Amino acid sequence: MSLVVGAEPLSSRLSGLLWRRPNLLILLLLLPPLLWLGLIYVGSLFSLLLQSFFSIDDFTGQVTHEVTLLTYAELLRPSNLDIITRTVTMAALVTVASAIIAFPVAYYAARYAKGRWKAFFYLGVMLPLWSSYLVKIYAWKMILSKEGIVSWLAAKLGLGVLLDGWLSLPVVGGNSLSVSATGTFLVFVYIWLPYMILPIQAALERVPASLIEASHDLGAAPGATFRHVLLPLALPGIAAGSIFTFSLTLGDYIVPGIIGTSRLFIGQAVYMQQGTAGNIPLAAAFSVVPMLIMALYLWLARKMGAFDAL
Amino acid sequence: MTSAVSFRAVSRHFGSVRAVDAVDLDIPAGEFFAMLGPSGSGKTTCLRLMAGFEQPTGGAIAIHGRDATGLPPWRRAVNTVFQDYALFPHMTILDNVAYGLMVKGVDRATRRRAAEEALDLVKLSGYGARRTGQLSGGQRQRVALARALVNKPSVLLLDEPLGALDLKLREAMQEELKGLQKALGITFIFVTHDQVEALSMADRVAVFHQGRIVQAGTPEEIYHNPRSRFVADFVGSSNIMPPALTARLTGERRWASLRPELLRLGRWEDGLVLEGTLVQSSFLGAFRRLAVRVESEMLHANLPAGVGVPGEGSAITLSFDRSALNLLDDAP
Repeated sequence: MSLVVGAEPLSSRLSGLLWRRPNLLILLLLLPPLLWLGLIYVGSLFSLLLQSFFSIDDFTGQVTHEVTLLTYAELLRPSNLDIITRTVTMAALVTVASAIIAFPVAYYAARYAKGRWKAFFYLGVMLPLWSSYLVKIYAWKMILSKEGIVSWLAAKLGLGVLLDGWLSLPVVGGNSLSVSATGTFLVFVYIWLPYMILPIQAALERVPASLIEASHDLGAAPGATFRHVLLPLALPGIAAGSIFTFSLTLGDYIVPGIIGTSRLFIGQAVYMQQGTAGNIPLAAAFSVVPMLIMALYLWLARKMGAFDAL
Repeated sequence: MTSAVSFRAVSRHFGSVRAVDAVDLDIPAGEFFAMLGPSGSGKTTCLRLMAGFEQPTGGAIAIHGRDATGLPPWRRAVNTVFQDYALFPHMTILDNVAYGLMVKGVDRATRRRAAEEALDLVKLSGYGARRTGQLSGGQRQRVALARALVNKPSVLLLDEPLGALDLKLREAMQEELKGLQKALGITFIFVTHDQVEALSMADRVAVFHQGRIVQAGTPEEIYHNPRSRFVADFVGSSNIMPPALTARLTGERRWASLRPELLRLGRWEDGLVLEGTLVQSSFLGAFRRLAVRVESEMLHANLPAGVGVPGEGSAITLSFDRSALNLLDDAP
């Protein structure tokens, strides 16, 4: 009897070929996503970048297809710089607040929650992600409105004066929480919090309890243990989470559109320039800003050793 | 002289589980002390009570005469070598070793020097700049040891220190640990489930069973005079003689234990005699292990390898000295 069976079916010959040449298989598997990423995504990104180097003719309102830095110069006008500063400050504040709120939650989940409580934790963190973004934001608009539950509760607790005092401050204040920068901040923190909790929890999950005990054993009280062991080991998680909260805040145009003052954020500026204003080059230049900031941010995080413990 | 560590009726209950149950313990300063027992016997919980990672639900713990009940781990003059070594992955070896001094506020130059000395002590000089991931298991173990010793603890706790090492390395480390303890004069307290490790390293051994110390003494006492069936069986291997068999041999109706290496082939003068059937004979290199059925009991004898033995299935006579028979305290 022959070991080699003749007249193999095509499918069998194909699997044989792929088995002998694993590189071919990898190529076949990667080709579709590479095409997608390479052409559609990078391609459109490139064309966006290109657009930002064109400018608009003030008189005709037409895009002049000549490479120029005029649009970027326009970006540096005080009113536009204002938008950038406002957005970056908001993104930074939202990131810091999210990290501070997320850490204890993530720590509890990683260290103490077991079985049913762990399931409850995941459900609690993920549930808000399942419901519509817009529904949540409008819900917050009600919550933060003048007649909303926050004002009502503050009044009941006798803290109405405090709330009114805060709202009378410049920059952070406004007529009510729902039309103040404070409101925008609160909603941003709420919306992006899960993206901070989950990476921190994943990082802390990988820290064995014995490391904490070893630190205590070597004479470090809880504060020192947090500074020297827990925080450095959680840093990759915090960095990952902050990439989410920071970049999502930088690019969002819906939250500040619904909750907050009439002052613009980058996302809104992009939306406006490419829509009503019809200034595609400026819109493109605006959208390059978050990319540059994120690149800078990642580079800094790397420099500071945020990814050393990975 | 005060004890390095003393327990007075110390208990640690987890709900209805009595992990440690009214344990009394006195470990003199400078002793190499082993806590031996199967998993779940309470030995590790005892160690964690000494380190301060657990708080007792009852009783009092003193370290060098000072009450340590309720004292957090960072305020105890004890240091621990963890079973998984627990080295900090984000620090170099030198920073790991210097950690205890760093949190105590010792200046950089001094703690560097001390850490290098400690690495020297465990024969790892020159490894300071490496990361924990670049070391083998045995080297990590040494770093963990150096990291604890650099703090000059009055008591060093070791949790299954050799558990993760392979046999050769384990034997080498056993000798080294013993030498280190002698040279430093620090009290070493270690937890192990390996009776060979406990017997070979420790000055004194406490055998744990179900949250209690069932026997404590020198390795010789524990080995030659186990007081209960549990200890006789757990430490080394023993033939456990039921009361009926002991009664026929000695007239005393008690449980007894008999080490297999104390049995001899044939009939001895002044010896006690067992007659039975040879069931199995296995060659184990240094000796030959016989399984012999005596009445309804299966007994084992380890004979020198050169001794000629009858074939399996034939009748066999074994004898032993009266003093080899160790009477146990278990109720008949």
